[in-house]
Amino acid sequence: MIFGIDVASILLGGFAAGMVLFIVSVGLSVTMGLMGFVNLAHGGFAMIGGYVIVLSMNRWGVGFVPALALGFVATAAFSVVMERLLYSRLYRAVELDQVLFTIGLVFFMIASVTLLVGPENQQLQLPDMLRGQLDLGFITYRTYSIVIIVIGVVFMVGIWLGFERTRMGAQIRAAVDNRRMAESLGINVNRLFTFTFAFGSGMAALGGGLGAEFLGLDPQYALKYLVYFLIVVAVGGLGRVTGVFYAALIIGVLDFVLKQYVPRGGTLYIYALTILLLLLRPQGLFGKPA
Amino acid sequence: MATPLLETRALSRNFGALAAAREIAFTLEAGARRALIGPNGAGKTTFINLLTGVLRPSFGSVLLKGRDITRFSQAERVKLGIARTFQINRLFRGLSVLENVYMAVSERVGAARSMFLPAGRRTDVIEESMHLLEALKLENDARHRISELPYGRQRLVEIAIALGLKPEVLLLDEPAAGVPSAESHIILDAVAALPAEIGVLIIEHDMDLVFRFAQRITVLVSGAVFAEGTPKEIAANPDVRAVYLGQATRE
Amino acid sequence: MSAPASPLTHPAALALARRHRVRIWEPLPWLVAIAAYFVFPSYLTFGTEILVMVLFALSLDLALGYAGIITLGHAAFFGAGAYAAGMLSLYAGWNEPISLLLAAALVAGILGLLSGWVLLRTHGLTLLMLTLSFAALLEELCNQFIEYTGGFDGKNLDIAPVLGAFEFNPLYSNTQYLYALAVLFVMFVLVRSIVYSPFGHSLTGIRENILRMPAVGTPVQWRLAMAYSISAAVAGVAGALSAQTTLFVNQTFFNLEKSATVIIILILGGYGRLYGAFIGAIAYMALAHFLSKAYPTAWQLGLGLLLIVIALFARNGILGIGARMLRRLGGRAA
Repeated sequence: MIFGIDVASILLGGFAAGMVLFIVSVGLSVTMGLMGFVNLAHGGFAMIGGYVIVLSMNRWGVGFVPALALGFVATAAFSVVMERLLYSRLYRAVELDQVLFTIGLVFFMIASVTLLVGPENQQLQLPDMLRGQLDLGFITYRTYSIVIIVIGVVFMVGIWLGFERTRMGAQIRAAVDNRRMAESLGINVNRLFTFTFAFGSGMAALGGGLGAEFLGLDPQYALKYLVYFLIVVAVGGLGRVTGVFYAALIIGVLDFVLKQYVPRGGTLYIYALTILLLLLRPQGLFGKPA
Repeated sequence: MATPLLETRALSRNFGALAAAREIAFTLEAGARRALIGPNGAGKTTFINLLTGVLRPSFGSVLLKGRDITRFSQAERVKLGIARTFQINRLFRGLSVLENVYMAVSERVGAARSMFLPAGRRTDVIEESMHLLEALKLENDARHRISELPYGRQRLVEIAIALGLKPEVLLLDEPAAGVPSAESHIILDAVAALPAEIGVLIIEHDMDLVFRFAQRITVLVSGAVFAEGTPKEIAANPDVRAVYLGQATRE
Repeated sequence: MSAPASPLTHPAALALARRHRVRIWEPLPWLVAIAAYFVFPSYLTFGTEILVMVLFALSLDLALGYAGIITLGHAAFFGAGAYAAGMLSLYAGWNEPISLLLAAALVAGILGLLSGWVLLRTHGLTLLMLTLSFAALLEELCNQFIEYTGGFDGKNLDIAPVLGAFEFNPLYSNTQYLYALAVLFVMFVLVRSIVYSPFGHSLTGIRENILRMPAVGTPVQWRLAMAYSISAAVAGVAGALSAQTTLFVNQTFFNLEKSATVIIILILGGYGRLYGAFIGAIAYMALAHFLSKAYPTAWQLGLGLLLIVIALFARNGILGIGARMLRRLGGRAA
């Protein structure tokens, strides 16, 4: 393997994993930036959404894209119900209560899915078009990974445009920067939050389903990768879409590289890097300084 | 001229393009009764934050008894004798009134470092805290939690905590703010009864309180000292009236 | 009317002066623990586990309940203490148990002081992530040096008899139980004194209104670091105690599950109330012991539901509910 091709294949692999992290975590970052709510159950929404997508394809023969749409909508709807019924009671609560509640929720989600579907890993049946290898000229790589990267970039651009060019996006950015000021300007932050929560959970569902190839999908998914989602959000900076994107890519590539070259104990470096970054910049790479 | 108790030289603070404090030259003597007034947004609380160390200045210095304390932290300045109250109460709501004042006294006498003797055994701290409460007529509330007190008396606890620090300089940020008019006399009484030897600076909007209390008044407008003088001089100053009236007509 | 008598006779002053006095029901948990020794002789291994958990939860109460530090990585110190004792006994031939506990306290305490001084400048999600990552980092380091630490498989330990006479027999947990109880008692007296001291009072101030404290002259960072360090030292003793009484140590002593379990236990019992650690540990471990092995999924479901309910309705845990009921029965106390 020529060195250049090796690097390219590592980058592609890392980017693909990073894109999955991004798609799942972007919702968490925005909702935390908006409401300051520590939602440790976010992985649970990703898991549940992933299950909807994968099961609808495997058991009911739903097509790939319709399954993705179904997963997004179903999870978003479910999250709205959760938010209105339960989450909203804890907006003014202490961080500890939010941590406790969301841990309890994610336990509940994991156990429910285990009871309903079983603990086994679920395989995503890719449509034929997405299988196999794609020839990019300088390298031949897994088609699906490349597709994921493209999807991730499209989402990133789409969400970024949504933030920068729409009125709602401006309102969200204002509320993330200074909630009290935004409220005094007449922005209904609670309604914004419900929307972003639903959208973020829907995105998480997509990430859970699309990423089943890379991260697997079993009930424990909700907790297994929670630390990664939290690291990506904290390192990227709360409420910063670009921050989440770059942090996800960095963590994705780093994790991929470590898995290849330091198979045992690679995660050590990720934790060390996280600690270093957060100590140097507690607000995250792109976050607003205190 | 004796060294003033508290002094600022060219004290300035910028927030980006906004000049919240502009080259403020200010002195306060021991035993002074000074009021700081000015329209909203004039930078009065910013000034207190600069004096107490909550904010670092962009330029200029703060001196206490001739000693430059500009680099000192909040806690260090408290140890040197500067105490303040907050415009919105910052009390320990779940604790009793006595426990609130105990917090300040115990910190001042260095008891707060002791880990193994029970807090209850420091009868010196308890006694001093109770004396303070009595001086402010709060002794009947000593056992009550802050959350059980009417707002006016909570504001008094704010002052009690600051006094527990035995300050030489006391900075009161709108002590009567939010207090219903039926209760505001207790604030007036408390302010009138402050120890004579300490230098007191009050930020206030309540002109009644200001003119009854102050020996000198400093007027702050847009972060700079606009006028300074005795209450009579300030009341008669047409520019001061214009600034306030201008504010009124804008609203 | 102000009485001519000394202000110290005022009811508020008297209440404060007496706050630290031992209340009549306080010997109860200890009597129960001693009684359990005679009543449940076949459950002493389990009993020892509970005692260790109580100590661990007690250490967390100092940081979380009294200083208000929210940490998802307290197992870092549990593991540090356990391995301090373990490594010394394995590689330095030092296996006198009581001095090993002191060594563990020292190692964990220093670790707590250094990490606290650096980490406690942050708050919110950043602090949460830092404490979590720190514990995870230690677990990974433990795994890296697997030849020395045993990693997941761990190492068996050889501990000398307590006071030269009482052996740790793995089949016969009597010594372990009484040893753990004695250590717990000594540590508890220590923590209780700290909580009722002026230092403990200032921690409550930091927890109740951290912004007020510098304005009262408190060196907040230093106080927090000290509280965190002491909490870490006690957690280290708990870890070493666990290693000694099970004669075993492995990397799971550092893991996230341990950190999460101890938080759940403390909140279940009621944080900031010292005895919440006792109640929470007994309740949680009893339930877990009987349910989680037999019906793991149902256990997780029930636990999740319990946490949701606690967060929404009973944030002060069992002791909080008890206190609320007592207030209702006794009318509103002054």
